[in-house]
Amino acid sequence: MTSIPSARKRRAHLRLMRNRPGRLAYLTLVAVMFFSGFPLYYSLVVASKDNSALAQVPPPVLPGANLVENVGRVFDTVPFDFALLNSAIVSLSVTASVVFFSTLAGFAFAKLEFRASKALLVAVVATMMVPVQLGVIPLYMLMVELHLTDTLWAVVAPGLVNAFGVFFMTQYLRGAMPGDLIEAARMDGASTFRIFWQVVFPVARPAAVVLGVLTFLTAWNDYFWPLIVLSSPEKYTVQVALSSLSGGYVTDYSLVLTATMLATLPLLAVFALLGKYMIAGIMQGAVKG
Amino acid sequence: MAIATKGRAPNPRKPATAGRLRYRLDLHASPYLYIAPFFVLFAAFGLFPLAFTAWVSLHDWSLLSDEHVFVGAENYANLLTDGYFWNALVNTMSILALATVPQLLAALCLAHLLTFRLRGQTFFRMGMLLPNVASVVAVAVIFSQLFGRDFGLINWVLEALGAGRIDWQAGRASSHVAIAVMVAWKWTGYNTLIYLAAMQAVPREVYEAARLDGAGRLSQLFRVTVPMIRPTIVFTVIVSTIYGLQIFAEPQLFGGAGASGVTGGPSRQFQTLTLYLYEHGFNRGFEFGYASAVAWTMFAVIVVIALLNYLLVKRIRSSS
Repeated sequence: MTSIPSARKRRAHLRLMRNRPGRLAYLTLVAVMFFSGFPLYYSLVVASKDNSALAQVPPPVLPGANLVENVGRVFDTVPFDFALLNSAIVSLSVTASVVFFSTLAGFAFAKLEFRASKALLVAVVATMMVPVQLGVIPLYMLMVELHLTDTLWAVVAPGLVNAFGVFFMTQYLRGAMPGDLIEAARMDGASTFRIFWQVVFPVARPAAVVLGVLTFLTAWNDYFWPLIVLSSPEKYTVQVALSSLSGGYVTDYSLVLTATMLATLPLLAVFALLGKYMIAGIMQGAVKG
Repeated sequence: MAIATKGRAPNPRKPATAGRLRYRLDLHASPYLYIAPFFVLFAAFGLFPLAFTAWVSLHDWSLLSDEHVFVGAENYANLLTDGYFWNALVNTMSILALATVPQLLAALCLAHLLTFRLRGQTFFRMGMLLPNVASVVAVAVIFSQLFGRDFGLINWVLEALGAGRIDWQAGRASSHVAIAVMVAWKWTGYNTLIYLAAMQAVPREVYEAARLDGAGRLSQLFRVTVPMIRPTIVFTVIVSTIYGLQIFAEPQLFGGAGASGVTGGPSRQFQTLTLYLYEHGFNRGFEFGYASAVAWTMFAVIVVIALLNYLLVKRIRSSS
């Protein structure tokens, strides 16, 4: 630091200084972090109290000792173990299917030549804008015809593919999959599907993780359609079970928020482990999309 | 794994005629096979139901009866003369505006902050995205507690600050604000990351030039950054609008998930269009024809708003 910086270095240093945030910027961001985290923290506080403690003035801001008891009450009130299992089955099936079919279609769009491929890709992108939720009534009628209402099949079916996934994998494979590797495998006599399975899929793995996490989250949090198509409590997914708890004239908040914590904790775990990939995925999708 | 095929000896089998045919088929036909699952499944569970909604909406169609009488536009006529429908439309627009406008403005400013050389970038980004991980149901339940009239933390803070308590659910405006807060809390960070990605793609030189012209940080944001990332802004506006028009879980659970939830409060002060659709389609009598008319009308509203967005942007672009 004692050496005299050259003019060039000084200019670079000045540029850095200008780009450096002031105290106000940090203060703002810390405030935002507080508001992001507080509602989740507070639901833990409520979940660990009994209801009489919630009526105190001032309201409690530190966790209490009733968490285990409240968890017991949740499992006594609704079959929440079933709900967790159902949600896991639904989310994992949807995730596996979306990742597989998206990678398959993405491989075709990015690396194979076929007629009308451009127009078909445009069609895929256009379907992203279609509000499919508005088709619930015929979708429900379809499930009635197929005798699938009140089954997990009905919940999984509409989630098996999505346009975002296809688009996302197409973009990724375009950049990341070397054409030579595919040609070499073809020379060796590998069929296209074998190339997909043994050459393309391993290359696509980083993007598949990102897509998988985003899909899992969306599937786990899906509410409107499962609410419509499921009717017996042992078939409920976590979100439907959660909403069934909050009915009634007086809401038992420590019960409901304990269930909320149980429903959200798996996601928080996924987020803690793979949050970086999610951020990368959202930001990549934004630039290319 | 990636080079497993390379490690093996080359396939000695010279393509005979049958083999050659199979090879050509594999080369030219298999791509369609790979994209087929997407199109078939999307058509079956996405596009077909949406299109069939239009057909159902022209009938007196109920799950409880096997007869579907063609009634033409009667459902639409009933819909347009139902005060509750207009009520739901106004509520939806109001919540949409309250949730989207401040949210996207805040996201722009926060993304701008994140472009600085910050310590703990990853921490701040993770923190921003944290609310998005919670489900809409969780968000609605948590905030219903926070916005509670008697024991809610927000009212307690308001009282401590000297402002009075608010019965958030009772009033039209106050309930809309509460629901908008739920939506904004979940999505601001997500949109911030999208804007941040777009901002990072803006070439550095543009900022250098603006800086030499003496532009401050804030005028940089609105004079340089915003015009440069306009396509991204339009994208987020359209996506937020489509999402906002279909808001369901937040008002339903804010009303307590029972009868009062379906109607969006006792005097329908926060019933949205999707709640109205749900009320007619699945909550009483399974009036599928009528509910389909609601869905198709919502679809029309979405298309009109998307078109307006598009035209507005085109006009801005041609005038600048």
